[in-house]
Amino acid sequence: MNPGGDVLENINPTLYSKCEDRPVTAEDQNDYITDEFDSREIFDLIRNIYDPEHPLTLEELHVVDLSLIQVNNETNQIKVNFTPTIPHCSMATLIGLSIRVRLIRALPARFKVVVEITPGSHSTEFAINKQLADKERVAAALENSTLIGVINQCISRPSPAA
Amino acid sequence: MINSQTLKGHQGRVWNVSWNPQGTMISSCGEDKNIRLWESFGNKFTAKAILSDGHQRTIRETAWSPCGNFIASASFDATTAVWDKRSGQFECNATLEGHENEVKSVTWSKNGQFLATCSRDKSVWVWEVGEEDEYECAAVINAHIQDVKKVRFHPFDNILASASYDDTVKLFKEDKAEADWINFATLKSHTSTVWSLAFDRIGSRLATCSDDATVKIWKEYKPGNSAGIPTPDNDSVWKCVCTLSGHHGRTIYDISWCHLTDLIATACGDDAIRIFKENPEAGDSDMVSFDLVHTEHRAHNQDVNCVAWNPVVPGMLASCSDDGDVKLWQIKLENL
Repeated sequence: MNPGGDVLENINPTLYSKCEDRPVTAEDQNDYITDEFDSREIFDLIRNIYDPEHPLTLEELHVVDLSLIQVNNETNQIKVNFTPTIPHCSMATLIGLSIRVRLIRALPARFKVVVEITPGSHSTEFAINKQLADKERVAAALENSTLIGVINQCISRPSPAA
Repeated sequence: MINSQTLKGHQGRVWNVSWNPQGTMISSCGEDKNIRLWESFGNKFTAKAILSDGHQRTIRETAWSPCGNFIASASFDATTAVWDKRSGQFECNATLEGHENEVKSVTWSKNGQFLATCSRDKSVWVWEVGEEDEYECAAVINAHIQDVKKVRFHPFDNILASASYDDTVKLFKEDKAEADWINFATLKSHTSTVWSLAFDRIGSRLATCSDDATVKIWKEYKPGNSAGIPTPDNDSVWKCVCTLSGHHGRTIYDISWCHLTDLIATACGDDAIRIFKENPEAGDSDMVSFDLVHTEHRAHNQDVNCVAWNPVVPGMLASCSDDGDVKLWQIKLENL
């Protein structure tokens, strides 16, 4: 799929290996133990989102990385930095929106989700960050049926076989 | 600050609450595309009506005409609807079209002669209110370079203020000779989106709130002012005389300046409502200061989108949130 046009912007992206699945411990199975959200859990929610251009996940392209996710359960804040594959990537806003939508849908409403470009990794990072942080513009964008269709495809294509 | 009532009914985010001029009714609106009207009986507000089918998308804001007989609603569907109660209940009898994208805000002039709207298409439109559901476009103003978030008229004069994603606030007035509306002042100081603004009771000061998590107070200097502020073109100059920083944890989405008590309320993305009061001991009117007199932490379970002081009952405040609730509050004025 390539909604941006006939020519791929980044023809030959670098591929990275995927991380292991999170091991399930006995505590995880115990309903009497309260599990706080952690960065690995957030990472698992977004690692299998697909890139709009390539049949590859954001994890495989190193667009998202476990080390660039911060979770604070006390203040209900979650911050995700993502790194576009190239500094002038026109898909950056769409990728950021996909991450936002995935987290808004999956997480309790108490969380304040901030999605920003990893500092220094995009030529217009300030403008894109401002747009992603403007919930009114995000809400209006998500009422656009074409756009939400593309985002849903990025989010919900079946994850590749483990 | 007492939470006197919580009004439930909207599905999803509630963007805006507005009082009728008599202070007896509230209109609320949001992403469920409905306008809900709430009326007071004694001290309790009850659901009065639901206005639906006026818009195809989110309703961002509603505004009552100064006479209380009309409600205008601004929608992401790029239209503004005007509802009137000539038949006994509110019905939509006019739809204003012209904006290219989402309409973000709508406001009536004090004398009821004008209606103004603004949009993500960067423009501000002024409509002249005529007879028989006729609204004629008096001006299309392309002064902002980004999404325009809020428009508000001056409390007495036909002066219009707008706040934008381009970080500025602009003021407009009617140029009768040219039969147009002109931008006579641009207020620059915020470092991110200006979400909302409010005039004080006499209209010589303006409070603005922003994504930069500050509130700013601006003061008008008329031509010939005693402070010696130069006024080129013989127009008033507005200067920032106070910045309230360090109080808000996130974006400030709305601000309301009470014309009865002079208190300022803010709606913040950190779920809190804050109340500010002017410190009279500052003395020098060119160096005003405001004190934070109350913070209602967790006023709502999610972002607070709007705060509105009742125009008749001192200290009564309405708010609404992403959590879907409309809340009514009473401030204990004697404690401030």
